[in-house]
Amino acid sequence: MEPSLAVLIGFLVACGAYLMMSSNLIRFLFGLTIISNAANLAIFAAGRMTFGLPALVPEGAETVEGTVANSLPQALILTAIVIGFGLFVFSLSLVLRAYAEFGTADSGGMREAEPEDARRPATLDPELR
Amino acid sequence: MLLAAPILLPLGTAIILFLLRHHPVHKLLSVLSAGVLIILGGTILAETAANGPMSAQMGGWAAPYGITLAADTLSGAMVLIAGIATFTALMFATVEVDKPTEALGFHALCHAMVGGVCGAFLTGDLFNLYVWFEVMLISSFGLLVVGGGRRQMDGAMKYVALNLVGTIAFLTGVGLLYGTAGTLNMADLGVKLQGRMDETAVMGAAGMLLFAFAAKAALFPVFFWLPASYHTPAAATSALFSALLTKVGVYSLLRVFTLIFDPGNEVISTALLIAAGFTIVLGAMGAAAEGEMRRIFSFHIVSQIGVMTLGLAIGTELALSGAVFYFFHHIPAMMGLILLGGLIGRECGSERLDRIGGLWTAAPWLGILFLIPMLSLIGVPPLSGFWAKFFMIRASFEAGDYLLGALILMASVLTFFYLGRVFVAAFWQPRPGVEAEAIPACYPHRLLVLPVMLLAAVTLGISLSPDNFFALAGDAAGGLRDPIPYLRTVLGGS
Repeated sequence: MEPSLAVLIGFLVACGAYLMMSSNLIRFLFGLTIISNAANLAIFAAGRMTFGLPALVPEGAETVEGTVANSLPQALILTAIVIGFGLFVFSLSLVLRAYAEFGTADSGGMREAEPEDARRPATLDPELR
Repeated sequence: MLLAAPILLPLGTAIILFLLRHHPVHKLLSVLSAGVLIILGGTILAETAANGPMSAQMGGWAAPYGITLAADTLSGAMVLIAGIATFTALMFATVEVDKPTEALGFHALCHAMVGGVCGAFLTGDLFNLYVWFEVMLISSFGLLVVGGGRRQMDGAMKYVALNLVGTIAFLTGVGLLYGTAGTLNMADLGVKLQGRMDETAVMGAAGMLLFAFAAKAALFPVFFWLPASYHTPAAATSALFSALLTKVGVYSLLRVFTLIFDPGNEVISTALLIAAGFTIVLGAMGAAAEGEMRRIFSFHIVSQIGVMTLGLAIGTELALSGAVFYFFHHIPAMMGLILLGGLIGRECGSERLDRIGGLWTAAPWLGILFLIPMLSLIGVPPLSGFWAKFFMIRASFEAGDYLLGALILMASVLTFFYLGRVFVAAFWQPRPGVEAEAIPACYPHRLLVLPVMLLAAVTLGISLSPDNFFALAGDAAGGLRDPIPYLRTVLGGS
């Protein structure tokens, strides 16, 4: 099970990395989401794989019996998913806003903060435009 | 309880400030809360310096099963510095930041970020460190765009994109470490990973964390987000970022690569040496090429981050003490200069060096105030920067790294060039297009000047008694070199 999961994680990272090479910010964000999900899967695999063994304490017993799934990585992933979702929503709205401001979702077109000729920021000074 | 207080206070304040954000009183509350944070930081520092490290187990779960908060001298000092930085930056912000931006929750975001920063300084759990990083990150995203136009949006885009990549690397590294050691408590990890540095999984996790923290600290080759974004928001925000965000990255490097991973590891220390060397040089050269005040300062921050990381890379007692002392010196001086940059920008209506000038006649006292942090950052004796650089250069010479010592000296010469250029442009050159007589005498709001004076006073205080601060830094470095007291406090027993 672990080897196939490793291949899947590798495939996801490759897809994500490919998308992140793009200067289109939407593609970049999708790449980022895919890689962050690959990271979640890696944490899941780090907790060792088990099948059909929920970490439940039987009725009347004090502790679990035999091998059960490791519930800590699941808790970690849950936290990471929530955080990742929040960050994704923020960055998506940032891209949307940037698209509205700049008329492009291409990072090459955003040269406001670091103008190509630092001595003459094109849009800061209307008289120099 | 004392350990949780510097986290709960800013987070609680953030909620209250968000609810009261339309009321003028919230600014006062914001600054007061930062003042209380200074007291808390001072208490923790006094406690740890006197009695050694302290720890608390959250929710009553014993380590290594629950989440541990732990503080040693380094954490205490960092919380104290964070308090001072927040206090001065927010005081400046009460006047600088306009009403619409305040109504969006500027002060609440600041406190939420500080809560994340203090959490990162005080946690003893690696996954918890990740969570605090995220709290800090999402608030800093907000601060970067709040009330901003195109320029801020552009800077934020690059900041967000590059920091998110670092975040994912951090998370993956944490996962790998858990898979290898079965624990996430930093002290417990340190014990379990002793002598296992040659395992692929451990080395892979170390590489992931090294990349993640380097991205946060703005080290070569992943520093590009910093000069792209730090000059876009309000000066108070820039100052707060410069004091806290990159320093959390360096702090995490110091903590994780002494406590968890074997600090003597050749591969890691070589990687750090190379990264630090390039960061020092490229940061200084970038600053020399810029023509706008806060963009120069941004590159200067990058260059100085390199010097701090060099302390960890060399790894001797003197080098680590030098790195911690560098924190003490750099944060107040850098903040003071950035706030002054904001002040000069307000007076002259621009931050570009070819648009400002004539302030020597309008406000000579502002020039004096500018010289203190500036000369300190260059390293002119007897100011704090001289001592900080002296310790670092001596440490690198003693370790046989003559090249790196020479790099610090060369960077200082460049610093003299580019900060001197800012000074000359702002104070001595005539303001382009304006007659010298036409420039009115300059009387900035006193809440804009007071924080700068406070920071200058801190710099002068360190300059006057460097031995006390160096002893404190030595104490903090001792805790990094010999983690046994820290381990004993967190894990109990022997």
